[in-house]
Order: sequence, then C-alpha cells, then structure tokens
Amino acid sequence: MQHTLSVLVENKPGVLTRVTSLFARRGFNIDSLAVGPTEDPTLSRITIVVNAENTPLEQVTKQLHKLINVIKVQDLDPGEMVDRELVLFKVNAPPERRHEIIEVANVFRGKIVDVGKNSLTIEATGAGDKLAAMEDLFRAYGIKEIARTGKIALSRGLREQ
Amino acid sequence: MRVNGAQALVKALEAEGVDVMFGYPGGVALPIYDAIWDSGQLRHVLVRHEQGAAHAADGYARATGKTGVCLVTSGPGATNTVTGIANAYMDSIPMVVLTAQVATSVLGTDAFQEVDISGITLPITKHNFLVKNAADLPEVIKQAFHIASTGRPGPVLVDIPVDVSKGEIASFRYPETVGIPGYKPTTRGHAKQVKQAAELIAKARKPMLYAGGGVIASGAAKELKELAELMQLPVTTTLMGKGGFPEDHYLYVGMPGMHGPKYTNYAMTETDLLIAVGVRFDDRVTGKLQTFASKSKIIHVDIDPAEIGKNKPVDVPIVGDARNVLAAITAELRKMAAEPRTEKWMRVIDEWRRRFPLHYHREGAALLPQHVVERIDALTAGRDVVVATEVGQNQMWACQYHKVLGPRTWLSSGGLGTMGYGLPAAIGAQAGRPGSLVIDIAGDGSIQMKSQELATARIYDLPVKVVILNNGFLGMVRQWQELFYDRHYSQSVLSQQVPDFVKLAEAYDWLGLRVTQPGEVDEALVRAFEHDGPALVDCRVEPEENVYPMVAPGGSVDEMLGGIPGGPISDMLDEELLTEVWE
Ligand SMILES: Cc1ncc(C[n+]2csc(CCOP(=O)(O)OP(=O)(O)O)c2C)c(N)n1
Repeated sequence: MQHTLSVLVENKPGVLTRVTSLFARRGFNIDSLAVGPTEDPTLSRITIVVNAENTPLEQVTKQLHKLINVIKVQDLDPGEMVDRELVLFKVNAPPERRHEIIEVANVFRGKIVDVGKNSLTIEATGAGDKLAAMEDLFRAYGIKEIARTGKIALSRGLREQ
Repeated sequence: MRVNGAQALVKALEAEGVDVMFGYPGGVALPIYDAIWDSGQLRHVLVRHEQGAAHAADGYARATGKTGVCLVTSGPGATNTVTGIANAYMDSIPMVVLTAQVATSVLGTDAFQEVDISGITLPITKHNFLVKNAADLPEVIKQAFHIASTGRPGPVLVDIPVDVSKGEIASFRYPETVGIPGYKPTTRGHAKQVKQAAELIAKARKPMLYAGGGVIASGAAKELKELAELMQLPVTTTLMGKGGFPEDHYLYVGMPGMHGPKYTNYAMTETDLLIAVGVRFDDRVTGKLQTFASKSKIIHVDIDPAEIGKNKPVDVPIVGDARNVLAAITAELRKMAAEPRTEKWMRVIDEWRRRFPLHYHREGAALLPQHVVERIDALTAGRDVVVATEVGQNQMWACQYHKVLGPRTWLSSGGLGTMGYGLPAAIGAQAGRPGSLVIDIAGDGSIQMKSQELATARIYDLPVKVVILNNGFLGMVRQWQELFYDRHYSQSVLSQQVPDFVKLAEAYDWLGLRVTQPGEVDEALVRAFEHDGPALVDCRVEPEENVYPMVAPGGSVDEMLGGIPGGPISDMLDEELLTEVWE
C-alpha cells in the first residue's frame, strides 16, 4: 500500500540521512521524497512516499519518532490530505507539432516554460493521476526528459476548530 | 576567562560528574589530552586497544548506573570503538563516546586518519554529533549526556575536529537545562492502561513476570519485587534483566529461552498472562514466535514505543518507565485490594522445578565447567560481587549456575554477543566499584580477543579476577557443529595448551593459577579471590561438554534438547493439578 509520510524535522545537517537510512535498513524503496523549510526556519518538512505493508511501516514510523531531530511524524490519510507535485516535461516538438502539444498542455493547465528548436518544456502541477495522464499523452510525441519534485502534502483543514 | 575547546570539553565532563574515563590518544586528540593533563578531577585509564575503552565504559555504566565515557583519536582509533558502541547500543547502555576528528577545513577530503565516524555509527548510536564550533561544545556535551542517560539509554558519539578543540571560547558556561524539541521520552504510564493491567493481573490464574534490561536501567528492582510479592507472581529475568530480581527468591523461575531451564520455558509456554517489563521479545528468548506464550494475554511495559508490538501483538501496551509503571500497577492492585491467587500455579511450577532442575553429570574425575561456576557462586556468597562473562558456553553456564542477587552486579553482552567483552567490562566495573570483587567468567577463545587489557588491570591496580573455562574449543560453535553439522568441527578447534594462560598472566604480572581436577577448584578460586591484585585461573575443563537444555534454533521453547528427559509442554501438564488451578 502507498503511504505518504509527513515528517517534521530540525533543519540540521545529516538529518535527511538519518531519516532515509531507516527506510534503507528495512529494504523499503522510497518512491518520492521532498524536503524544504517550513514556516519556522529552524524546521524542515520531509514528505516521503513509500510503498509498504502497514505493520513494518508502523515499525519504521516508530523508529522515525525516536530520532532525536525528528519532531513529528504523520502517516497522512489519503482522504484527508491535499497533495501536489510539480513536474517538468521536455517533449520532442518539431515546429509542425508544437501547436498540438501546447493544446494538450493547456487541457491540463500546464505552462510552457521553455521553447527550443525541437522541444518544448512544460511545467505542470497536480496530484499523481493527472500527471500520469499527461505523461501518457506526451509519450506519443516522445519525452526527452522528466524532472519531478516529489510529492508534497499537508493534512486538510477539516478538523480545525 | 578564555578557554579553548578542549578545556571547555574537560570542564563540561567535570560538570557532568565524570570521575573516570577510558581512552587512547593520537594526533588530533592531543589538545584534549593536554587539557586532561591539567585537570585535577578527571581520572583517565589508558587501555591497550580502543575497543577495550568502549567496553570498559560500558562495564562501568552497567556496574554503577552512571554514564560511561571513552575518548579516542580519529580514524583507526574511532573505528576500533565501533564494536563497543554497537554492543552498548544493542543493550541500551548509557555511554558517551568522544572521538577526535581531523580539522573542519579538511573534512571530507580523505585527510590522514579521517573517517566519517558519525556516518559509520549512525545505525548504532542513539544519536551523534559532529561539532563545528568550539562555542557549541558545552551545549553538545550537555545534550549528549542527557540523551545517553534518559529514556531508553544508549551510546551517543561526539566527533570533535582538532580545530574545534583548539578554538577559543570567550568564557565557559555549562548550560543547566537542555531543550531538544524532538526528544521527550514518556515516563509515566497511561492511567487507563495501568488500570487495565492491574485488572488482568488480579484475575490471572497463571501469570508470569518477564523482566528484562529495562528493569535494571530504570532502577526498578524494588518495585518489581513489591509487585511480585504482593500478587505472588513467578518471575523470570532475561540475560539483560539478571539481577533485577533476586535469584534465590522462591518466586524466581529462572532465565527463559534457548538455554533456560526447562521449568522456565514450560512456565512461559503455559502462562495465561505474560507481564513483560523492559524486554524486547528477543529471538533467543522466544524461539519460534508462533508458539511463544501462545495461550497468554500480554501486557508490555517499555519506555520505547518502538519495542511494543514489534515481535508479538500485545493486549495492554504501556509506554513508560518500568519503575513508575510497576509502582503504579502495584498501587492500583492495592487500591483494588487484589489478593494473590497463584498458589496452585506455583505448585505446578514447583513440580516442574522438582522434576526438571538444571543438571549435569557430576560423577567421575573430569573437571566440569558447570562445577567451576557453581563453586564461584558458592565461594562468593554474601560478598559484594560483580560477575562479567565472555560469550559462548561460558556465558550460558554463568547464567545457569551463578545466582545474581542484585541489580548492576551482572555484566554480559546480550544483544550483540561480543566475544572479548568480559575482561574490559570487568575493568570498567572495577574502576567504578573499587570495593567489589569483580570476576570475569571467560572462555579460552573470548579471552584472547582482548587479553591485552590484562596490562590495563595490572597497571591501574584494578584487581579483577578472570576464571577461564578452558575447553580448547570455540565451545559454543563446536556444540552447534556437534548437534547440527555432523560433528564437523570446522575451524572451532583451539588448544588447551596454547597459550599457556598461567604464563600469560605472569607476563602481565598477574597471579596465574591452573586447575585440572575438581578437587583443586576451591583452593585456586579462594587464592585468586583473596589475592591482593588481579588474578587468573586457567581451568582445563572437559573439552566436549555441552550446554543443556537447549532450544534448537527456531524451535518452540518447550521442546528442548538435553537435560532431564521431558517435554513438549503437552506431555508435561499434570491434568489434575491444572484443573485445580482453574477451580
Ligand atoms: C567477536 C565474535 N566473533 C565470533 C562470535 C561467534 N561465537 C559465538 S560463541 C563463540 C565461541 C566462543 O568460544 P570461547 O570464548 O572459547 O567460549 P566457550 O563457548 O568455549 O565457552 C563464537 C566464535 C562472537 N560471538 N563474537
């Protein structure tokens, strides 16, 4: 099962290694990982997407809690989180096909961020399924390169008082 | 007053009340050694190998309850401590390891004697620090001691580059408090769960207390005894929990697991309520997990939430300090006016104890290792004695035949099973408890892993005693090969004659004695124990004696090899008596 973990950590050297090595030790492959500072500059949030059974994952989250630099660990409930990822697609685009590609990008509210002699680079954000659909369509033209930020997520404000 | 980083470090150690540390110098550690030179308070024991420094700090911590400290140089000095750090990590021993490091300006360049020791020790430390500024040192040391000694204790490593040791600080101030936002161990058990536990205990017909290292770490021996006596609960202690409950007590039912007595493992299998305190359901205890305590509900008390439910699902999880939680459970039971109801369960256990005691074949002229341990136990009765062990058969016989009566008098490498642990641990213990009789029960293989520390004991006048159960084999390996590998003694053969341990002892200016007959044991042990200085007794024991009973690796704990015939549990139950228990 796919889990999205949101891990709040002290913004210090070496913390990312401490976190990821716990996954490596268990043989879990991390599907995506995004790190950045938070509203508090001394803290960073790490969003980790990992495919794992519940029981071993629970063990890893408990181990994460034990790391001295880890402040908080949440296994986000897919129904109660908002998640986004940003992707850059560099797509083969000979001049005669540019138009088509731009149209596909528009349907998904993608933005053209670079135009080359034979390529277009499109920026897109969204949840996983939308980005997968885009990728699928761009494949027909030939994708030269993809870069993705990895998923970031926050729990929804539902339960706020 | 301006001080440099090294001086600040020494002042910080003094502020922590460190009275002795174990170490070994080298290039980038020299500023620190210079500051130690100037310190009046810090006693430094120069070991003969850095692994010995780590084990000595560990033994000191186990025997005194204080945090052990060791100091080594960068590179090979640091890597030599790795086994000692892993050993302390597996057994949750509070320890601060100080490693000197190359200058910050050359970090990461493969400078001479540079290793990334914080990277190497990431998975075997509770936490580690690389200090970048001299001004950070006091705060880091404060945090290191705090982290090492609180919650679930463990080793913390502080890596100190040489320019940090030399760097100047305007003035030294040691912080009074620590604030680590991500570190707040839960020490009080949840009231509702404590109540639930008390209710289960009040109702149970066949309860068992299963106590481990957490009882020692939290200083809960008294609370454990109170609870056990109030409800007349039989108690087992794990290898790490030995000393948490007096082994001469009527309610004491042995050490469970691979080489535990049959009656212990029967009781663990038949229990209907396992009250697990500060234990981690290690595979050496549980054997095959599916059949371990399978008729039982489980209460699990541990300060580390990650231990609860790790290997076995739990009915009542209680995160908290063993001492607090045990006291709270006892208070709850008193409030409920709960009465003990284990008289008949104890009769079942007594029957097992009578029929299946630990036993070995005493007849004949052969010198048996079990006999040696029994005599050590008898000859030290009533004395302030600390027993360390090496690893292998010697360790298991020590578990079986030496009765540990109080906490912090038993030093044995549990989780890592480190041969070579015993002698340096005994040295550390003796440094922290000068008045105690400290004995290392050793194997001839293990003692050779760290025998250079014989020098340390002699030179620092630490009068430890080493009793070698010399069987000329890597005995435990040989036993497995005998039982499971068609007696192919592949690379497990040592020699009873080489080295000549008596001469080795004498080379280090120890008293060295040799025993070859059962009749010589007492005299030699008494001479060694009374000797005003370190002494070694080389006991040339029966080479192919096995440790029994034994649970085959991966087997159910009630199905044991050797010992007095009996088992599995299904055959061992006296139906009449058991029905009585339920009436
Ligand atoms: C450092 C280390 N290496 C290897 C082992 C594996 N091992 C476990 S017991 C044992 C034999 C120990 O022999 P000895 O010290 O002579 O004790 P005995 O079993 O004969 O009492 C070995 C090699 C270990 N536990 N530790």
